[in-house]
Amino acid sequence: SHAAIKIQPMRQFFSSGHTNNWAVLVCTSRFWFNYRHVANTLSVYRSVKRLGIPDSHIVLMLADDMACNHRNPKPATVFSHKNMELNVYGDDVEVDYRGYEVTVENFLRVLTGRLPPSTPRSKRLLSDDRSNILIYLTGHGGNGFLKFQDSEEISNVELADAFEQMWQKRRYNELLFIIDTCQGASMYERFYSPNLMALASSQVGEDSLSHQPDLAIGVHLMDRYTFYLLEFLEDIHPSSKANMNDLFKVCPKSQCVSTPGHRTDLFLRDPGSALITDFFGSVRKVEITMETINLTEPIHFVNEERQKETYSYVDQLPVSEIIHQKPKQKDWHPPDGFILGLWTLILLVFFKTYGMKHLKHIF
Amino acid sequence: IIVGVPLWWRTTETYRAWLPVSQINELSNLQLQLSAEVEVVFARGTVTPEQQKKVPLTQIQDEEHTVDGDLFINAVCLVVTKIRRLQGNICLKCVFSRGHSFEVQDMDVYVGQRRTALLRIGAQMRVGKTLDQLLAHLEPRIKQVLQVMSFSHTDISAALSDRVRLSPGNKESIADSMRTFKSSPGYEITFSLLNPDPKSHRLHWDIEGAVQTYIQPLLTKLASVANFSIDSQTLYYAMLGVNPRFDSSLSAYTLHSDSLAHVINPVEARLGSNAASSNPVLNFLLYVPDAHHSPLYIHDRKKQEVPSNAFHSPRWGGIMVYNVNGFYGPEAVFPVDVNINMAKVMGVFLAQLRLLLGVQSSTAPSGFLVAPCGSNGLADWELDRLMWSRSVENVATATTTITSLAQLLEQIGNIVINDNIAEQVSSAVTSLQLAVAELETGNLRFALQYSKEAILASERAFFDPSLLHLLYFPDDQKFAIYIPLFLPMCVPILLSLLKIVSDARQKRREKQAKKD
Repeated sequence: SHAAIKIQPMRQFFSSGHTNNWAVLVCTSRFWFNYRHVANTLSVYRSVKRLGIPDSHIVLMLADDMACNHRNPKPATVFSHKNMELNVYGDDVEVDYRGYEVTVENFLRVLTGRLPPSTPRSKRLLSDDRSNILIYLTGHGGNGFLKFQDSEEISNVELADAFEQMWQKRRYNELLFIIDTCQGASMYERFYSPNLMALASSQVGEDSLSHQPDLAIGVHLMDRYTFYLLEFLEDIHPSSKANMNDLFKVCPKSQCVSTPGHRTDLFLRDPGSALITDFFGSVRKVEITMETINLTEPIHFVNEERQKETYSYVDQLPVSEIIHQKPKQKDWHPPDGFILGLWTLILLVFFKTYGMKHLKHIF
Repeated sequence: IIVGVPLWWRTTETYRAWLPVSQINELSNLQLQLSAEVEVVFARGTVTPEQQKKVPLTQIQDEEHTVDGDLFINAVCLVVTKIRRLQGNICLKCVFSRGHSFEVQDMDVYVGQRRTALLRIGAQMRVGKTLDQLLAHLEPRIKQVLQVMSFSHTDISAALSDRVRLSPGNKESIADSMRTFKSSPGYEITFSLLNPDPKSHRLHWDIEGAVQTYIQPLLTKLASVANFSIDSQTLYYAMLGVNPRFDSSLSAYTLHSDSLAHVINPVEARLGSNAASSNPVLNFLLYVPDAHHSPLYIHDRKKQEVPSNAFHSPRWGGIMVYNVNGFYGPEAVFPVDVNINMAKVMGVFLAQLRLLLGVQSSTAPSGFLVAPCGSNGLADWELDRLMWSRSVENVATATTTITSLAQLLEQIGNIVINDNIAEQVSSAVTSLQLAVAELETGNLRFALQYSKEAILASERAFFDPSLLHLLYFPDDQKFAIYIPLFLPMCVPILLSLLKIVSDARQKRREKQAKKD
């Protein structure tokens, strides 16, 4: 048969250069009264899954467990609307990093890909140069930093450097960065890599406020920006043509009290041509297969008496690497006597100049 | 101070092993020279004996291409005319048309399965032409054949798309580069059988035999390019995410091409993958429609039926719809046993696999007749083509990785560089230099092997878990740490120094006074 290959006209290919979508959703706060941050992240997770991104392409990091928290009056649920209207926890949630695994180090490792070889596939960001990535961060933040787990923080310089390392290794095609914290706009000030678009819920000097509390649960359920973002996303379906300019209009000052900001100068395309589903959904491009190969050989009979090897799940992971790990190199600290010796030297010099008679009083 | 300051400096500096920075900078000005050996054999009767003696033995054609200004590629073709035939090189045979030797009259070039192409010289060159005119006529045509069979400017530019972002020029090459998987040391292929209606159909597919017979030969031939691991699974009650429309004119259900994009996502959530490896996955799905929605046909944009009844998604895999309603009549007892015709299925999957791996080239120029690929699904020259583009891609990627790693480590002075990272970087640099040298001489297998080693070493160095920069200290934090420690110490030292200086001055004044 002729190898006359006809390729279908490529209309869709040139609107955006991506073939797959990833999402990294991070909640950085722990404790029961930060229920709203977990609900924020889970509502973005829910929208992203509904619009088509599968769990294998979502890295979900939740710093604390609200659904199974002892103080949750309705266990196994996380609500986003008061009167328990919408349970964003659902039946089908897959949390990749939970509890104390959510640290600045792990977050940066996920972004840059520098994970130890024992990390399973579900905890990795396996994006390539044709992936569009959505990164959503929420928690407590300040001018130039975001607090993780109440004990450490990530600065905007580190974040910008991490994105630059991703760009150097071509780990993304386009990246949308959304942050819902106080003074969130400071986190995207330092970006310098191409093809980044950023949205924040408040400007420097402003606080992001929460939405209403639920009286039965006793905490605030959602932050305002993400609440209106969720409402906006509920109207988007996989074949919707809404674009980024609509996203910038979400939660104006009248509803949000803070002023949401966005940054598009590093983004090469016009934001009006970037669809919401380019980042939040996963619309695949397809081509019709025009050619087939004519195979005429009959199937070889495979020998059935081959030993069927059974693998256990653990065998696939490099367990021996984990067990026989070398102990971590301890940093060299100066001997304890160093500071003591330094002080002795100072004292000796002091007494030398001011006379030896004072020394007699000491010894 | 003499003891303390150096001691303090050494204990607070980070350990950084030496990196061959100058060699890395050299590599970043990447100048690739690719050469392919070609043999041109003149068939009997095309060239007169006197002309035969005068034909130059070697003729080198240089083509320089710049990609994005800082990258040079020289494509050097050695044209050797001999009457003998050597193995392993591209062999062009120039024949005069004899009317019956080609069945299709308007085809001028026939590209064979191994590395041979037959080139037909037009009748106007037959009589009375000098050797120079003949050669001048042949040169561009030989060049064209070479571009199809080994590498062309667009292929190499596409392979270098990592370094250079091309503006959409050639639509087909852009689509090609988006469709094929990026070069990776290994791939995983998963065959899945989707049976949404087990109550009606009991499906049997001899997947092991089919893979062994049809797919494995191709993968064995590609073993030098990458490792492949194959698995298969059957999924029950897996529905497509879209509702097909009933077309009464065909009395069948149809899926329009616009809705195909939404088929993949609901299914993908249920496909598993190997947890331990990070290799890219190629999914091939065989969907057997349920009894109520059979038969199901895919229609393209022009509302015409697609003969293969299959579609594929770039960098993901392919889906084929297999209708089984023809295997049983209306009075059959459910569930019906169905044996799937694996030859037909694998024919489609093999074609999709070739497309996704980058083996299939885009449309050949007009006048070319390409022989169908052999039983192992891959012609020798197609393998060569793939190896050329993979080698170039690997070399470019490894160079970018190493260069950006060196830049990164220079910029951030606080990252610790362990010895094993320095080792990996050095070995990557060596492999890259070897690969570039092999590409120059045209030894394809060695070039590919070295480029693969370079990629592995550079990726291992770049993604080493110890290279994490968490030591960002803004200057005010540095001051905040050191001041409480050193300020109390410095106060008595400074005071003592002042006292010493004033004492010395006083003594000197006394001496002066004594002298006077």
